Amino acid sequence: MTQDRKTFVAWLQAAPMMLVFALFFLLPLLFVTIVSAWDYNEYEMIPAFSLRGYTDTFEGCIADLPNLCTILKTYLNTLKLCLLTWGLTLLIGFTVAYFLAFHVRSKTWQIVLTLLCTIPFWTSNVIRMIAWIPLLGRNGLVNRGLEGAGLIKQPLEWLLFSEFSVVLALVHLFTFFMVVPIFNSMIRIDKRLIEAAYDAGASGWQTLVNVIIPLTKPGIVIGSIFVITIVMGDFVTIGVMGGQQIASAGKIIESRLNALQFPAAAANAVILLGVTILIISALTRIVDIRKEL
Amino acid sequence: MSERRPRSFYFLAAFFSAYVLFLYGPMFAIYILSFQGPDGGLTFPMNGVSLVWFGKVFSGSGIVDIGAAFKRSLQLGLMVMVLTVVLSVSAGLAFRRSFRGATFLFYVAIASLIMPSIITSLGIALEFRLLDDFIIKSGAANWTTAMGLFTSGLGAHLTWTLPFGLLIMFAIFNRFDGRLEEAARDLGATPWQTFRHVVLPIILPSVVGIGLFGFTLSWDELARSSQTIGSVNTLPLDLQGLTTTVTKPDIYALGTLTSAVSFLVIFSALVVILVLQARQRRHGSDAGKGMV
Repeated sequence: MTQDRKTFVAWLQAAPMMLVFALFFLLPLLFVTIVSAWDYNEYEMIPAFSLRGYTDTFEGCIADLPNLCTILKTYLNTLKLCLLTWGLTLLIGFTVAYFLAFHVRSKTWQIVLTLLCTIPFWTSNVIRMIAWIPLLGRNGLVNRGLEGAGLIKQPLEWLLFSEFSVVLALVHLFTFFMVVPIFNSMIRIDKRLIEAAYDAGASGWQTLVNVIIPLTKPGIVIGSIFVITIVMGDFVTIGVMGGQQIASAGKIIESRLNALQFPAAAANAVILLGVTILIISALTRIVDIRKEL
Repeated sequence: MSERRPRSFYFLAAFFSAYVLFLYGPMFAIYILSFQGPDGGLTFPMNGVSLVWFGKVFSGSGIVDIGAAFKRSLQLGLMVMVLTVVLSVSAGLAFRRSFRGATFLFYVAIASLIMPSIITSLGIALEFRLLDDFIIKSGAANWTTAMGLFTSGLGAHLTWTLPFGLLIMFAIFNRFDGRLEEAARDLGATPWQTFRHVVLPIILPSVVGIGLFGFTLSWDELARSSQTIGSVNTLPLDLQGLTTTVTKPDIYALGTLTSAVSFLVIFSALVVILVLQARQRRHGSDAGKGMV
């Protein structure tokens, strides 16, 4: 086969996937951008240029100063949930990956334990959320246990349908996205480097900080991108675990959609996208993703 | 391995066990509670043991039409699985050579993976709305909508499963020995024969893995489906709807059933992968065993 024909075949092989992404990802994103600058009334969108979607979103942001307007408050709250979840998933994910990569010695056990962490990822997120109800509810196991131990008189109300339960569920659902890339970076570390550090007199802690963490940075960044983008756009977990009472960037879009205000929803999507891209580009400055696969 | 475990091992092992308990504990709580007696509530203690709530789910009383949602999710999941496998393997093969737009496709796949689902979902919904408007304006007065489970819904699911499929293909071909194909070519195999009899058998266990991802990710998909499947619901959407209204353990029974399907699929896929790997080891190399 000539080189040209080979390239053509490769192109044909990739074309179906490209087509799916073009139709169901790139084109939709284009429509979101266009529609965000359309006008709308109570029940339909009007294809005429208008920045109402944006101005409605930022309504009162200048007039209400120095108080924060709704949209800024919501974004700050989403960022707070995001940071909490990120910190916890990173801490737990790193520790779990470290154990799997450096302390589990047999290959078979490594596979079995990794699989053990992966299986919940293949089961339903909604079920893993409602699974907390019997534990955290007013009559749940935690409250019963604490009451039984005489530590509290009344059931704790903040256990369920609160920011606490939202972060708990997010950590529960998405730590997996941290474990996998960090583990992947860790098993590629040349074990001789660690021996060298040991021989040069480094303590376990010094080896961790000066050798392992720098070499694991790509995995940490990739995991962070996953977790941060998921939490920034999340509306399902925050909805279910927050008892539909907590506002978030994703939930604004959802409620605009439910009100059939498509241009407003699209404008919010564009804003969310902008914020997400900012965070990701800040993170990718630290590492080149393509090199790590 | 006579070297003694350091103290940190025991600390980390305890941490890992706690993490696994954290992962599985709550899930098992609802599996157990779904067998709650007829008078039981949403929390412990168990008030007797029964299959009442499973019966409620199957008979459809007191709960939305679960049977239909179950069937829809199953059909969609299988279709997503097949398409994910075929498109990922095909694109994975393409990425072994350089072709125009390879880098672009790679970044689009990554972007699709990390794009907040609500944005993708909104975009697809807008696309189909505009398409419907266009068709109606073009004179098809009876047109209702192009949006549906197997159009917009299928597309939305693929934007989520295909990136996983592609990344798994990358992992496979990073370890693939290209000399095997050269050998096949030297023996006169056509490109198709090389793929069918050399490449495919070697990558098959991982391809089953892609299928596993394709099905389970679609079976449980919620955020991207939310705006894109038209008038009917998939199982996860029904489940999410029930979280705000249901006060009886039938939601747990439904959760247990949904998980059972997931576990069945995961278990079958793992068995198939193990069998294929064992087969590969048996048939893998006859070097040094003389002529067959």
